[in-house]
Amino acid sequence: MWFWLLGYLVLMAKITAVLTAVMVLAAYLVLVERKLLGRFQVRYGPNRAGIYGILQPVADGIKLLLKEDLMPEGADRAIFLAAPAVVAITALMMFAVVPFGPRLTIGGREIPMVITDINVGLLYVFALSSLGVYGVALGGWASNSKYALLGGIRGAAQMISYELALGLSIVPVVMLAGSFSLVDIVNAQAGLPFILVQPLAFGVFLISAMAETKRIPFDLPEAETELGAGYHTEYSGMRFGLFFLGEYVHMQVMGALVAVFFLGGWRGPVLPPPVWLLVKIVLVVLFMIWVRATLPRLRYDQLMNLGWKVLIPLALVNILITGAFMAA
Amino acid sequence: MSVYSIFFYLIAALMILSTALAVTRKNMVHAVLFLVISFLASALLFFLLGAPLLGILEVVIYAGAIMVLFLFVVMMIRIRATEGSGFLLWHYLGAGGLSALYVAACLLLVRHSGPGTGAPMPAAVAAPADFGLYLFERHWLGIEIVSLLLLVALIGVLHLGLSPAGQRSGKGGPY
Repeated sequence: MWFWLLGYLVLMAKITAVLTAVMVLAAYLVLVERKLLGRFQVRYGPNRAGIYGILQPVADGIKLLLKEDLMPEGADRAIFLAAPAVVAITALMMFAVVPFGPRLTIGGREIPMVITDINVGLLYVFALSSLGVYGVALGGWASNSKYALLGGIRGAAQMISYELALGLSIVPVVMLAGSFSLVDIVNAQAGLPFILVQPLAFGVFLISAMAETKRIPFDLPEAETELGAGYHTEYSGMRFGLFFLGEYVHMQVMGALVAVFFLGGWRGPVLPPPVWLLVKIVLVVLFMIWVRATLPRLRYDQLMNLGWKVLIPLALVNILITGAFMAA
Repeated sequence: MSVYSIFFYLIAALMILSTALAVTRKNMVHAVLFLVISFLASALLFFLLGAPLLGILEVVIYAGAIMVLFLFVVMMIRIRATEGSGFLLWHYLGAGGLSALYVAACLLLVRHSGPGTGAPMPAAVAAPADFGLYLFERHWLGIEIVSLLLLVALIGVLHLGLSPAGQRSGKGGPY
């Protein structure tokens, strides 16, 4: 009984720590992105709230929470209210299988540094990622607005297409690690991070990850110039905030997955393991921000061509090559 | 009654309820969503019974891929909700008869392979690697046939989707 209670407390502590870290990082990534975008465009970025604008996320949070929660007439009430939560929840839940350190031994009992190590961890991530499509598609549909509907449909089409490339690009990693468990995949990189063995898979995965998070140059579902704000045009207040939070958490998840699959996860010299994971996540996210500041938005046919005619064939060829090397 | 059986009956009730709602809703989007909930509930049942691989495949393939396509089509064609039930008596009878047949088959299956008969499905609760080995060692021919069928379907869709050569408006221009 005691051990059961202790295990429960440890689990709750891990969930609390991970959720807190992810939320705080999401809030500050917004600031980092705005600051960096400002610098890329030779301006200052937010610098009014606190020194260097350090309190800007707090101000944004308060503003979002206090704003009026509007709902358009003719909206499908239940679905309209639930859609932002679907986006945020699916993104947050993906962190449950990301390992942030080796096993800790405290008082003779081993504590795995991951919320849950299920033997289908990788598939779990993809399952949640495919459920996240519902939030975007339904948010757009339930708004009962043309722009939002177009954004939702584009979002669904884009996310379905790039999920295939995302999933196929990771097959060689699973072949090399011999497991779907993210813990085992990190352990398989004790000698050599997979980015050195699988550079092609890394490239395909990173591009597909950017498309999955619907960021420039893949932000067609929310293209400001043609669709208002796409699927979240009609949302205000914290419901819009949840879409926003979902996007930034999704960026972190993708950063964490790139780190786990290709950069050796929490492995690294000197610094403690969770810090290494954090550093790798932030590096990937900074790369995404840099790309956003550099590239223009793709046209819709270019987007679909890139996914179906370039990334998916590349990923398939990569699987064949890896298989040939492993069999030989 | 153990905690597991309580969860089992809760999830099973949710599954039956959401499936019933999916069949009876007039609004197509709502029907699709209730079916998604039903699939998620069956995935939870697989998890509860110790088969996480089957559970997660249920989510990835049914809830995550097939139903998204359904939703996509429903959103695109915008079906208006129709007035009245639209079903005739023989519709109900036919559906009832088919369901009874299905329930009978399931009961028969449970009788012969359920717990206590010594023939539950060991492959279903195995780790992913063992499950894959079992599938490709014992049933490779079936898998190959199914994948060939999918390939044929893929080529067929490609053929149907290609617009006739004369009607193409420029090469890959914006829509």
